[in-house]
Amino acid sequence: MPHDHHDHSPIEIDEGMPEEAQVLSEALRELLIEKGLFTADDVTKQVAAMSKRTPGNGAAIVARAWTDPDYKSRLLSNGPSAAKEMGFDIGAAQLLVVENTPDVHNVIVCTLCSCYPVLLLGPSPEWYKSKNYRKRTVNEPRAVLKEFGTELPDSMEVRVHDSTADMRYMVLPERPQGTEDWTEEKLAELVNVDALIGVSTANSPV
Amino acid sequence: MSEHRFTVGERVKVDTRNPSGHIRTPIYCRGHEGIVERICGKFPNPEQLAYGKDGLPAQTLYRVRFEQKSLWPSYSGPSHDTIEIEIYDHWLEPAGS
Repeated sequence: MPHDHHDHSPIEIDEGMPEEAQVLSEALRELLIEKGLFTADDVTKQVAAMSKRTPGNGAAIVARAWTDPDYKSRLLSNGPSAAKEMGFDIGAAQLLVVENTPDVHNVIVCTLCSCYPVLLLGPSPEWYKSKNYRKRTVNEPRAVLKEFGTELPDSMEVRVHDSTADMRYMVLPERPQGTEDWTEEKLAELVNVDALIGVSTANSPV
Repeated sequence: MSEHRFTVGERVKVDTRNPSGHIRTPIYCRGHEGIVERICGKFPNPEQLAYGKDGLPAQTLYRVRFEQKSLWPSYSGPSHDTIEIEIYDHWLEPAGS
C-alpha cells in the first residue's frame, strides 16, 4: 500500500549547523575507520566503556574501605591494586587515596589543568575545571569549601592536594555516624563526586 | 648511594628558575621550602615528553608538603593548614641553599 497520507510536516533537523569541532571529530573518525586503524564497532564499545566511568565506582571503593579495615589499609598503601580488587583496572595510572579523619580534611585540585581519575570519579564536574576553583582552592580552600556547604572548625587541618604531575587522587571521606549496620551498597549511596574530590563530606543518613 | 636524592621528612627548597615550556612545577611554590611527604617513584620528565622526546632519564617525583602560611602571607586559615604538591627531582634543592 502506497504511503499516501501527507498531513504531517516532514521531520526537521533543528539542531542548526554542527560545531567546527564536531565536524572535525566526525571526519577524523571516518578517516581512521576507513584506514582500518579501528572499526565502528570499536568506537561503540569504547563509548559504552566510557559511560561506565561514574562516581559510583569510587563510592563502591569507599564503602568497601568503610566496612573492611584490611581493604582500607591496602587502599591507602596501594591505590591501583586495591581499585583492581574491586574490578576497576586503572592500568599504569597512579592513584593516591587520601583519608579524611576527625583532624584532617583533604581536598583535591589541579591548578595546572584538570587532572582527575575519570574511571573512579566519572567525568569531572565543570566547576572542577574552572579557573575560579583551580585558583582559589590552593590559597583560600576554607572559603571554597564553605561555598560547597562544608564549614570546618579551625581545629581541623585542611590539606590541599595539587595534582600537578603523575599522581591521581581520590578522597576517602569519613563514614557518617548512624550507619553502623549498613550494607556496602547502602553506604555507597552516601558518597557522591563532591565527597570524592573533598569539597564536601559523605551525606548523613536521612 | 640511595636511589633518590632526598628522604621522607627532609626539608627541601623549590628552585626559582622560570623556564618556558611544559612545566609542571606551579609558580606559587617556587622559591619556597617544604618537607618531603613521600616519594612517588621515577617518571619520565614531562618537560621532555610534551615535545615528543622520551623524557629519560626518569626523574624521581616527590610530594612536598608546604605550610599554607609560608606560601601565602595573607592566608587567613589556621597555621596548621597545608598543601601538598608533586615536584620532580630536578626542581628541588636542599633547604637553606
